[in-house]
Amino acid sequence: MNVGVIVFPGSNCDRDMFHVLSDVFHLNVEYCWHDKPLPKNLDAVVLPGGFSYGDRLRAGVIAAHSPIIQDVKKIAEKGIPILGVCNGFQILVESGLLPGVLLKNDSLNFMCEWTNLIVKNNQTPFTNQFELNQKIPIPIANGEGRYFVDDDTLIELEKNNQIVFKYDQVVNGSSNHIAGVCNEDGNVVGMMPHPERAVESEINPHDNKPSSLIFESLIKKMGVNN
Amino acid sequence: MSLESHELEELKTKIGREPTSTELQIIAAEWSEHCSYKSSKKHLKMLPMDGPLVINEKGYDSGVLDVGDGYVVTAHIESHNHPSAVEPYGGAATGVGGVIRDILSAGTRPIALLDGLRFGDIEKDQHAKWLFKNAVTGIADYGNCLGIPTVGGEVEFDECYTNYAMVDVAAIGFGKKENLIKNHAKKGDLVILLGGSTGRDGIGGSQFASDSLESDDRSAVQIPDPFIEKLIIEAILEARNEKLIHAMKDLGGGGLSCAVSETADALDIGIEMDVEKVHTRESDMHSDEIMISESQERMLIITDNEKLIKLQKICEKFRIECSVIGHVTFDKKMHVKKGETTIANLSTDIVANATLLDLPSKKPVYLENIEKIKSFPQLSNYSEVMLKLLASPNIASKIWVYGQYDHEVGIRTVIKPGHDASVLRLDNGKFLSIKIDGNPKQCYINPREGAIGCFEEACRNVVCTGAKPIGMLDHLQFGNPKDPEIFWTFLESLKGLTDFAKEFNIPCVGGKVSLYNETPLGSIKPTPVIGVLGLIDKKPLKIQKINSGDSLIIIGNTKDELGGSEYFEYIHKFIGGMCPTVDFSESKKNMTAVLEIIENEFVKSVHDCSKGGLAIAISELCMTNKIGCNISLEKIPGEKLDSDKILFSESHSRYLITYENKNLQKLQVILKKYNVSYNIIGEFGKDSIFFTSDSKPIIDLSVDKAQNIWFNSLKEMVLHA
Repeated sequence: MNVGVIVFPGSNCDRDMFHVLSDVFHLNVEYCWHDKPLPKNLDAVVLPGGFSYGDRLRAGVIAAHSPIIQDVKKIAEKGIPILGVCNGFQILVESGLLPGVLLKNDSLNFMCEWTNLIVKNNQTPFTNQFELNQKIPIPIANGEGRYFVDDDTLIELEKNNQIVFKYDQVVNGSSNHIAGVCNEDGNVVGMMPHPERAVESEINPHDNKPSSLIFESLIKKMGVNN
Repeated sequence: MSLESHELEELKTKIGREPTSTELQIIAAEWSEHCSYKSSKKHLKMLPMDGPLVINEKGYDSGVLDVGDGYVVTAHIESHNHPSAVEPYGGAATGVGGVIRDILSAGTRPIALLDGLRFGDIEKDQHAKWLFKNAVTGIADYGNCLGIPTVGGEVEFDECYTNYAMVDVAAIGFGKKENLIKNHAKKGDLVILLGGSTGRDGIGGSQFASDSLESDDRSAVQIPDPFIEKLIIEAILEARNEKLIHAMKDLGGGGLSCAVSETADALDIGIEMDVEKVHTRESDMHSDEIMISESQERMLIITDNEKLIKLQKICEKFRIECSVIGHVTFDKKMHVKKGETTIANLSTDIVANATLLDLPSKKPVYLENIEKIKSFPQLSNYSEVMLKLLASPNIASKIWVYGQYDHEVGIRTVIKPGHDASVLRLDNGKFLSIKIDGNPKQCYINPREGAIGCFEEACRNVVCTGAKPIGMLDHLQFGNPKDPEIFWTFLESLKGLTDFAKEFNIPCVGGKVSLYNETPLGSIKPTPVIGVLGLIDKKPLKIQKINSGDSLIIIGNTKDELGGSEYFEYIHKFIGGMCPTVDFSESKKNMTAVLEIIENEFVKSVHDCSKGGLAIAISELCMTNKIGCNISLEKIPGEKLDSDKILFSESHSRYLITYENKNLQKLQVILKKYNVSYNIIGEFGKDSIFFTSDSKPIIDLSVDKAQNIWFNSLKEMVLHA
């Protein structure tokens, strides 16, 4: 199974994500530089965290206009699993692949802390191994992480089962505590917290098994044994 | 410009003619205190700098330690005090940027940052609050954007920093030994300037930093651009992997003048360069401005023609600029041209080596009467005092600060901020523990013992994680060195650090001297900040949650040493008393015993006892574990003292060990083997922080209440007060 990790100028969680996919979950991983076409053989794509283009104008907005995003849109239509984490989520939202916007946290500060997620949709390629409402201890690290949608869209999201993760309490003021959403088809998932920082017990002071299920779900979906 | 008249005469004698205007600018930058260390260099030699793990190569801007299995750790510390005092956001941010490039220039990837911040009294002073808030944001915005975790540091407030800011940044790098840049150059090699464009920001920054701060010279402060720095890091590391770099140096204080002359001097070569080849931000910059601009995010690289093409490809990929500005010659001269016209031509030896000074020193008068035993009336209950201390800005939790720093990126952070020292995992299965500590209150009362105390405290902190100290970084920050009394405090601190380093075989692997830290109210207190790196071969202490029934041992004696303590200074507004001193042999055996206990996994946690004394240290355990305790003061080892002294003395070499009772015997075997002074002083349980003296309650404080105050008071102070 081949996973592409897309790298923009300013991405900074690309190496962490690469390590987790290849060394922890033993997948074939390659970096995809933003101005090259996306390789044809990919089974899944991850947009990692960071500060693409230094978060200028607005987090994710410049990267959303990169040539590679056109390719990402094409494979998204084909149903290939795509995960955006943190800045990757911001890019997916800015490119229109996911609904909503990400605003400054209500503290107006960058926030780095451990939170608990609750799985609200266990049908996506990244959540199929979870029980519904299962808890995931996981860290966030962002300045513009407050997910916002208007009330009508929120109703739509709930109706279509597009809310994938919620925080178990108020963290940054996001609409309905939302931490991650998917597209209508469910194959494109974006989340603010960092699963790649939580899957190894050495650096996870709580429990590393729940967040590992995010990657195990993908492996299950692709029907590969690692 | 700060070239003094006798220095101008000296320059004329050395070169045998009138200097050109460009030469004057170059010399003024390079002979400034900031670049030349002219006041301190003679004395710094006393510090031990070699050791079995130290790798010394010419031209490194950071210390290099061999951590085994073909890997190295690099480390450096810098400050950006003057700029941060004028423009805290940009000053602090560019302070981060500068020290990162020192790590990069050795050919290693920066993997962690720590910062030490000091400001005036934020409870009273709105300006101090503004400086603090913006410096934190500056560091956060810069470090977070680069994806380099800020894993630790310290924050302190003291009136001596009124209208001033101390921003110290330590950076840690990691890489393969074989990838270290072996700085070398041969005739005809090209000299390349890579990265951000040269602009009018930071003009004369080093001279600015070498004078007392009298004007708000914002043009001397550099403008930060973390995005370009990130691109430079990735481009340089890619070039390093392809072996495209012969020699490399960061552009910091003194800009091009300093980078070119120091590189040439270190490598024993000459460099000829043309200012017209430098990519600039503005079209009409004067040659002199180009030579001394301290614009950030620039690196000087020496390579050959063939490798240049590959290097240019990498720069194209990352869309950063790279200009060939000159070439290597063999006349050991720094030859600067503007097109065909020579505008400076100086021996690099003259430029890079200012005449060192041997400044006079004299014991300050204020020290004659400051150290003596002082006692205050005893209270029957210290709960209120405890609450006041827990809410005080120096003791309150710093979560408002480190919560704004990404401390997880890079997925190395095993022990996160908020504990004694932070621990990073390395690629060879080992762990690096790091901590920086300063204590200007104690250094003011006794510059020598205070400095030793900072060093021992940083060691204690890394020892608490199970790490053996392997290297030290010193950052010596003082006022105007031309004042003999200030220079005396500098020398005393340095001598103390040297004694400790020699006794414990901990080499100084990097450091910095920052002088002329003067505020409108006078000189700052002596502020040495010491960083200690520790190595863990197997596993760091896995901190476990404390449960009801777990017990507490204190190692080390509590003495009548409250000089510079938070209790004297914050509660009683009293400056003076006996400064804590380190007994080297006691310190050593306590460290050894603690390391052996941790290695054998006999304990749940080990916590250092320092600011606020043992009452605060024990409360921290209770608050972070949300559990009460019951402690008897008469069981604390040491001479018989008043209760307040036992509670709040800041004596060194003390460790709090939490353990399950089943491990007590095994623990005691080790403690007895090393003959350390220790005692079982109480146990955990219930929900209040409870201390007794002769069976009478002397502190009784709800853990919830204490935690709430300790956790939120700094944030409240910044945001609402």
